[in-house]
Amino acid sequence: MLLNTAVAFDVNRIRADFPALHQSINQKPLVYLDNGATAHKPQCVIETTKQFYAHGNSNVHRGIHTLSQHATNAYETARKTIRRFLNAPSEEEIILTSGTTMSCNLVAHSFGEAFLKTGDVVLVSEMEHHANIVPWQLIAARKGATVKAIPITDNGTIDLDVYRSFLTESVRLVSLIHVSNMLGTINPIHEMIQMAHEQGILVMVDGAQSAPHLPIDIQALDADFFTFSGHKVFGPTGTGVLFGKKHLLEQMPPFFGGGDMIRTVSFDETTFNVLPHKFEAGTPNIAGFLGLDAALNYVMEVGFDGIEAHEQQLFAYAHAQLRAIDGLTLYGPSTDKAPVFSFMVQHIHPFDLGTLLDKQGIAVRTGHHCTQPLHRRFGLSGSVRASFTFYNTLEEVDALVHGIQKARRFF
Amino acid sequence: MNPTIPSIAAREAEVIAEFQLADGDWELETELLIDQGNLLEPMDPALKTEATRVHGCVSQVWLHARLEEGRMHLWADSDSHLTKGIIALLIRVLNFQKPADIVQTELRFIEEIGLKHLLTSQRQGGLAAMVKKINAEASRYTPNA
Repeated sequence: MLLNTAVAFDVNRIRADFPALHQSINQKPLVYLDNGATAHKPQCVIETTKQFYAHGNSNVHRGIHTLSQHATNAYETARKTIRRFLNAPSEEEIILTSGTTMSCNLVAHSFGEAFLKTGDVVLVSEMEHHANIVPWQLIAARKGATVKAIPITDNGTIDLDVYRSFLTESVRLVSLIHVSNMLGTINPIHEMIQMAHEQGILVMVDGAQSAPHLPIDIQALDADFFTFSGHKVFGPTGTGVLFGKKHLLEQMPPFFGGGDMIRTVSFDETTFNVLPHKFEAGTPNIAGFLGLDAALNYVMEVGFDGIEAHEQQLFAYAHAQLRAIDGLTLYGPSTDKAPVFSFMVQHIHPFDLGTLLDKQGIAVRTGHHCTQPLHRRFGLSGSVRASFTFYNTLEEVDALVHGIQKARRFF
Repeated sequence: MNPTIPSIAAREAEVIAEFQLADGDWELETELLIDQGNLLEPMDPALKTEATRVHGCVSQVWLHARLEEGRMHLWADSDSHLTKGIIALLIRVLNFQKPADIVQTELRFIEEIGLKHLLTSQRQGGLAAMVKKINAEASRYTPNA
């Protein structure tokens, strides 16, 4: 079947697949613009998880019985789908986690344990999510290493010359956000990985905000680690993915201990399972990963060609409409971005704007979006964020603009 | 009791009556709330310190309380207009009351005027934090509370 190339992108057809989009909030049709926090789920994801609990429920990698074997096959099929989604070289390099936060903690703890030593530097950027800052600070404090941040420009981008100047001999690893969850900035990650590799420095990529918007090709990027969250790519919450290069994962100690991650256990010596199971202790989120399998297949069937074209249209229209609002400041005004907008409106506290938009059925994020250093960089303690995805429409951009204008009239 | 200061219950009844006129219309309620905030006596900026900060609110809130002639005097402010409106209502109801009366009162106006439906769950947590702080201040002057 050539579904993914034969069907043209039709936003109305896509919206029909997402039941949560068709509801009223505060007596108004829902306009969901908080996709950066979590995305809604297509019916196939909901149905898959429901079917698992209704009929397929069993633990994985444990039983000889039929249900357990079916569950194991389905779970491992999800891993195959994820490998295909990322174009990763092998399934043993795909670790299933609970989300990007857990992936970052896993790498920080385990890689840090194996490779970080006193005086080493872990390089991040000023636009990182807290999940890509705090785990590094924790391990750095234990190992006598430091965490340094690459500053960003007023435009909300990383200056590559400045970045190059930070790639010094003491840097052991660079961990970078691919797409900023506050600004939507798409970092030139391929080039940044190459620049780090030229200096013999490893790179981890936080793809939580890129995986829903851009096709990811791990082999082309040559990232040493790459992570994303299932729930932001239309899958269930509590699912995440960590890709790691095999030779690195093999040298890293387990993060969690428990069932499934061992080969033999005795009080004298415990030996560990092979990759990827070495990093997957305990019963995983089986239903969640079956749902993620359905979600990624759904996204690949819709196809990134159509997704990107539609989102670029949304971005261009929303960017122009928001900029035209008197007293509205957009942060990081570069235009090479995912359809994510953080802004402030003069004289309105972000929480007040968020509340008054909610009254009109419009869901946005308010606060610091887990990026306090980045907000501080722009002299802010919080902002309002509207994050679009491929099921959003141009009419919803109009609804947002109208909603902001209505809210302004109160102040 | 001092005849010039209506009781907490009387103040609450006043606020409830005003908000009932909005009849659940969020736009009218929002206007009423913002108006309340605008009527609030300004708080001396010097009083906006870590000690007066109310934690647990989504916006910045400061609350200062002082006992004068046996009654609680309250000042508060917020950088959010809606939060300031809520604070203004709390102060309107509780200002100049006796600490013991504040401690003993279970406020009903918040529920009655449906303020909760104007608030997100985060904001409800903030409101609870403000009420708790006022109660804590009042308790300091109520030995047996």
